[in-house]
Amino acid sequence: MGGMAAPQVAPVGTPATDEVPAPDRPWVTIVWDDPVNLMTYVTWVFQKLFGYSREKAEELMLDVHHKGRAVVSSGARERMEHDASQLHAYGLWATVDRL
Amino acid sequence: MSMFRRQGDRYVVSLAPDEVRVLRKVASEVVGLLTDGFDHTDPVVGRLFPDIYPEDPANSADFRRYTEGDLKTAKIDQAGAILAALPDGAGGEVRLDAEAAEAWLRALNDARLAMGVRLEIRDGTDLGAELDEAMLVDPGSSRVFQLSVYAYLGYLQESLLNVMLD
Repeated sequence: MGGMAAPQVAPVGTPATDEVPAPDRPWVTIVWDDPVNLMTYVTWVFQKLFGYSREKAEELMLDVHHKGRAVVSSGARERMEHDASQLHAYGLWATVDRL
Repeated sequence: MSMFRRQGDRYVVSLAPDEVRVLRKVASEVVGLLTDGFDHTDPVVGRLFPDIYPEDPANSADFRRYTEGDLKTAKIDQAGAILAALPDGAGGEVRLDAEAAEAWLRALNDARLAMGVRLEIRDGTDLGAELDEAMLVDPGSSRVFQLSVYAYLGYLQESLLNVMLD
């Protein structure tokens, strides 16, 4: 392209690079261990919210309990924010991060 | 202490007058905390409405702006489900359908979370030992009362969960 050289100015509102989704790094919802929530309650919430079997839900709950945290879902950012928000409604301590 | 049992498609518990009083007080306190008393600097509010991005306050605040209202309303409604199902007078029977039972579970959990923050419950906290210790200091203290209520709510929540999962 010819013509005059224009000054390199980023247009206002350009999204920051970290907001561009990278398909190889999905977002995750993390549930953190908490001294108050009952183990049976956490298992019930995982079954209820994610439709996991009792076995899978218990396994996840034990992961949270023993390791201090566990990834409970992964995928698109908006979806993870939705999951975390739902978990907050149930009183679980959930955050969103990248894998 | 009373335990939930199943009757057809209902979850039923017969509560003593003291239990009704305590549940009414606790649920009302949760409603108060979420309405007039709502304060972002209160650690209880911090626990009930956690930051979604712990290392990114700006994005957390942004997300909070969009979701906090709904979350607050849901929590007020579920505490309201406890108040609505309690017998009017002293003791009596509580009968919950599946939807109300779920609201009770969630509301009991919110109340326990709030009390857990105030009582500084940590991983490995031995409730019995805490209670014994508080009793030695002053059996009539607010801490003795709060610890007993906290233990009671856990017991009631567990008993409801057990019949729901059965």
